[in-house]
Formats: sequence, C-alpha cells, structure tokens
Amino acid sequence: MARETPAGDLRLADLTKRFGVFTAVDDLSLTVEQGSFFALLGASGCGKTTTLRMIAGLEEPTSGQVLLGDRDIARLRPYKRPVNTVFQSYALFPHLNIFENVAFGLRRRGIRSVDDEVTRMLSLVQLDGYGNRRPAQLSGGQQQRVALARALINRPQVLLLDEPLGALDLKLRRQMQIELKRIQTEVGITFVHVTHDQEEAMTMADTVAVMNAGRIEQLGAPADIYEFPATAFVANFLGQSNLLAGEATGASGGDVAVTAHGTRFSVPAGRSRADHGPVHLGVRPEKLILVGSADQVPAGHQHVTGVVTDASYVGVSTQYLLRTGWGTELSVFAANSGTSTPVAVGGEAVAYWDPRHAFLLPRDAADSDRTSPVLDEPVGASS
Amino acid sequence: MTLLAPTRAGHPPPAPPAARSGRRRLLPYLLLLPGAAWLLIFFGVPLVQLAAASLYDPSGSLSTGYAMTWAVSNYPDVLQAYWPQFLRSFGYAGLALVLALLLGYPLAYAIAQKAGRWKNLLLVCVVAPMFTSFLVRTLAWKTILSDNGALVGLLRDVHLLAPDGRLLATPFAVVLGLTYNFLPFLVLPLYASLERLDPRLLEAATDLYASPVQAFRRVTLPLSMPGLVAGTLLFFIPASGDYINAELLGTPNEYMIGNVIDSAFLVRLDYPQGAALSFLLMAAILAVVFGYLRRAGTEEVL
Repeated sequence: MARETPAGDLRLADLTKRFGVFTAVDDLSLTVEQGSFFALLGASGCGKTTTLRMIAGLEEPTSGQVLLGDRDIARLRPYKRPVNTVFQSYALFPHLNIFENVAFGLRRRGIRSVDDEVTRMLSLVQLDGYGNRRPAQLSGGQQQRVALARALINRPQVLLLDEPLGALDLKLRRQMQIELKRIQTEVGITFVHVTHDQEEAMTMADTVAVMNAGRIEQLGAPADIYEFPATAFVANFLGQSNLLAGEATGASGGDVAVTAHGTRFSVPAGRSRADHGPVHLGVRPEKLILVGSADQVPAGHQHVTGVVTDASYVGVSTQYLLRTGWGTELSVFAANSGTSTPVAVGGEAVAYWDPRHAFLLPRDAADSDRTSPVLDEPVGASS
Repeated sequence: MTLLAPTRAGHPPPAPPAARSGRRRLLPYLLLLPGAAWLLIFFGVPLVQLAAASLYDPSGSLSTGYAMTWAVSNYPDVLQAYWPQFLRSFGYAGLALVLALLLGYPLAYAIAQKAGRWKNLLLVCVVAPMFTSFLVRTLAWKTILSDNGALVGLLRDVHLLAPDGRLLATPFAVVLGLTYNFLPFLVLPLYASLERLDPRLLEAATDLYASPVQAFRRVTLPLSMPGLVAGTLLFFIPASGDYINAELLGTPNEYMIGNVIDSAFLVRLDYPQGAALSFLLMAAILAVVFGYLRRAGTEEVL
C-alpha cells in the first residue's frame, strides 16, 4: 500500500498570520528540504506553533503561500493535505483503543485492510501488543508514541511535531529524542519539529530556525548557529553568551578592531557581522578560560580581569561568575576535566579567550552588555 | 514508633484501628439513610399501594369500597380498551424526540463549543422558561396557536395553511408542545457531554483525513453518547407519560395514555383501571429504556 511520495520540498513563502492587530507570524519565508529534520525553535509566543498550524491547515494564513513541491496547499482543508501532526497534548481519541487510534487515518481514506500496517507501525514505536488498550491506560511516553504512530502510518509528505516531548520528564525526553531521530532516519519523511527546548532542537534537527516575534532570526545547522549566532537574541537563546557592548573601528588585515569598556580587542573579519559602529563582542562561557593573573594568558589571546563572585559546581563543569571592573558579570564554564585548578571565590582572576572563538554582532546603540540567557517567557518585541 | 514520637507530640493518640475502620465501614450506609428512607416512604409504599389497587375488583367504587380480588384481568382489559392511546403516547413522544434532537443537538453543540463568552447567557436562556410553570407555558402556546391568532393568520395568508386550516387541536400542536416543554431536559445533559469534548480531538481528526461529517460521526457523536443517552431518556420518559399538552393543545382524538390515567383517577374514579394503566405505562417505558440502553451500549450512563 506504499503510496508514491511525489518529490518536493516544503516551502513557506511570505507567510503572514495576524490575529486582529497582533502579528503572530511576520512575512516568513523558508525552505525545508525533503527528508530533513527541521526544527523551529523559539520561546512561547514567538509564532512557531502558529506557523506549524498553518502548514497543517488548522490556521489559515492572512497572506503568503505554503508550497509542497510546486503545489500551494495554504488554502486546502486540513484533511486534504498530505501532512500529519503529532499534537502537543497527543489528542488521542479516548473512546478508541490504540489499534483504532493508529488505524484512524487509514480508515478515513477508505483503506479496508489495515491490520498489517497498524501492527508494523506499533512495533516501529515499540508498542507491540498494546492494540487493545485505551489511551488512558498508557503512560505519557507510550501515549506520545501512539500519537507518533497514528501520524506516521499515513506516510505523510511532511510530519509536524508540536512540542511532542514537552509533557515528558527529562530522562524520558532524552530517550524519545533519540527514538524520534531513529524513526525519522528509518522512514525518511520530512519532520518539522516545533520546540522551545534548544537542546532538543540541536540534538535532533539537521537544520534549526530560531524564531522571535514572528520572524526568523537565524537559520542553519545547529553547530553553525551555536558557534556564530546572527543576533544577540540567538546568542543568548541558543545557549548563553557573554556579549560586551563596544564600538567597532573598522577592519584591517583580516581583523576587526573593537573598543569595549576602554580595552581594545580584535575579532577575525570572518566572524564579524559588523565592522563599524556599535557592536556586541561575544564569547561563549565555555570558550573562556580562568587563570589567576594576566601573565598566565598565552600569546595571541585576549583577556578581561575581574573578581570571581560565584562558583557553582554542576558535575561536568564548574560555572563561575566574574565581575569585571565596569560591573558586568561574565559567565565562565570550566570543564571538570581535572586539568585546571579551581579558582577561589572572592579572588581576582583573569578570563582569556582565543579571538577565533569570539564573534561580533551589530548592536542597537542603546543596548549594553548582555550575559544572561533568554528565559522561556513570552518575548513580545524584545531583540 | 520511638523515632516518630517527637513529631507526634501534642496530637491525641490515634483511635484503635479496629474501631476506626468499623465506623468507616458504616459511614456510607449512614449517608444513604435519609435518601433511602425518603424513597421508601414516598415511592416504595405508594408503589405497593398502587400495585394492590391495580388488582382490586373492577366493579367496586369509591362509595361502595374496593375489594381485593386479585383481578389480574384488569390488565388485559385496559390494554384492549386503550391500546390506541398507548401507541399514540409513544408515537407522539418519539416524534417529539426526533424534533428535539434536530433542534437540541446543534443548540447544545453551539453553546458548548462555539458560544465563547455567551455560553452562560445562552444556558440561562435554555433554562429560563422553566422558571415559569409548565402549565402557564403550555397555555401560552394555546394562545399562540389559536385559530384567530397572528400565526395561523399569517400561515393562511401565505397559503401554507388552508383557509379553514388550524394548528390548535391537531396532533401537530401536541407534538410541538411536547418538543418545546421537554427540550431543556435533552439539551442540558447533551451540553454537559459536549462541553467536555476537547476541540483538539476534532483538529486531530481533520488532520487525520476525516471530513467534517466523518469527524462528527467518528469523534463528536461517540464522545457525546453519554449525554445523548441521558438526554433522550430524560426527554422521552416524561414526554410519553405527559397529559397536559394533549389536554390543552389537542382534542380527545389526540389524547395520550396520561390523559386516560388522569381521567380514570380524577373523573371516572375508576382506581383499579387507573392503577393498571399506570403499571402498564411503567412497564412499557422500562422495556423501551432497557432495549435502548442495550443498543446504545453506554455503560457510563447506568
């Protein structure tokens, strides 16, 4: 019964959704390659779920197109789209058993013999023998897998996942992430995954789009986004960054010179998104190394001096806060590899970094240092 | 125990476990007692009394007194005399139920799923007529449907009704009255069921290739079944025993079994006949209800 899957990427073109005066999704354009695992990452209220619902057909776009291959499906009723969804709440039918839940889509399309397919699908999600149970008799993780099987059995061109792991506890979530990735590789269907969990997005997705206030801030491979974020929001939403407010004074010899808080720094031009005017000089906390005094800084590295105000031991690493002379607290993560000596709280210390690990981002003139991660709160118009 | 002692300090020692569990076991029965007593005195005793009356000698009267003769023949006798009214009762109640479902299901669905902030107001509108007496409302319908009323005049003018056609004193008026009077009993339990229906399940159904009609049949309807069964029973049982609507909106040609029982007890003073009819009606309704519940198969209702 394998249905011929016509080739086609999923393309969103100038997609906009307004609810009254509120613009949930603002002129969004992106392409999801066929067969890839794509994550839409953002804080709650950033428009990622609305985007997903427009692809599913549960929300009609105010303007723009949703293209599957060459076909615009933006105005097609949801039951006419070759797209299936794994809902955040699972939305399993409580009056049907697991078998009938999984068979639902096939039956609605008038397929009579569903037994083999349902059995195969239940074993793919490792729920063999659960067919006669009711959803309420299953644990959260099992319900999640039923929801996945119920969507996958239809062999959609695109599978949408709306925070499907949000209700699971941490350990189960990690396990399901690996499971989902395995299944995606196995079935080769395009997955579009909406999540606010950056770690989840990075673990699973080939491509991540970071959304904020209805727009895409950055799109790319997880490592590329993490190593060289495009905006201050991305730098502190995907992980954490120490962003120092400075002024770039132009490029020379492959480096961009920056003055921040009275000190001169330089960043390779290839890692600079601006070479003059107000900028943020960014370094990830794990790229900072803490030493006792400035003469321990190796040649070619740059440093700032400060006082250690806090050290939290979290097992794999120790997280320090270093208060600089101008009052900003920088985060420094030191891996507990046993090679570095612990630094005492209250003492003076120097944090140094390799300029090739720093990055330069354009900055609003009014913006100052930013070192704390973006919390998962409704973001509104921050950026 | 010694380890726990400091935290227990200041609390009275717990009652011996045996005495406590004994009192616990009795508690449900104590809670049942008032209701059970009520039911026994005001339902059980009259029921036995009525059962006895249905077996009295039919030739007795209030003035001469009744003799208990175990006259089982009362039953076939009344059935033979009044089977048309029996049939009519269930026919009218069934017809009214169909009409009420056509009106009530969409209404309950709209209030539960689509009304938003108007939900409570609409619910009040459904219940509000019950604040006035059943009798007054039915009398109001009598005025509305009367031969020289505006409605009949209009229907005659647009030739939906013959020039001498009428609405009052027809089966139509009686069925309409039944539909109107018992509609809230259908709508409220249905509303309660549909209110619990998670709209995300409908989204999931449409996402899984169910057209709106299929989504209704496969998700909405099965999930509203408990309310639907409860509502149809709450509608059908009083409607089939009703006599006010036939009395006020119909003629003796539209009389239902309730009217016959009414006149047996209050006009003809034929107690054995009235009691036998009452028991037959009860048996018939019970048969219909059990047959229905078996078919509907909703163990949640009972």
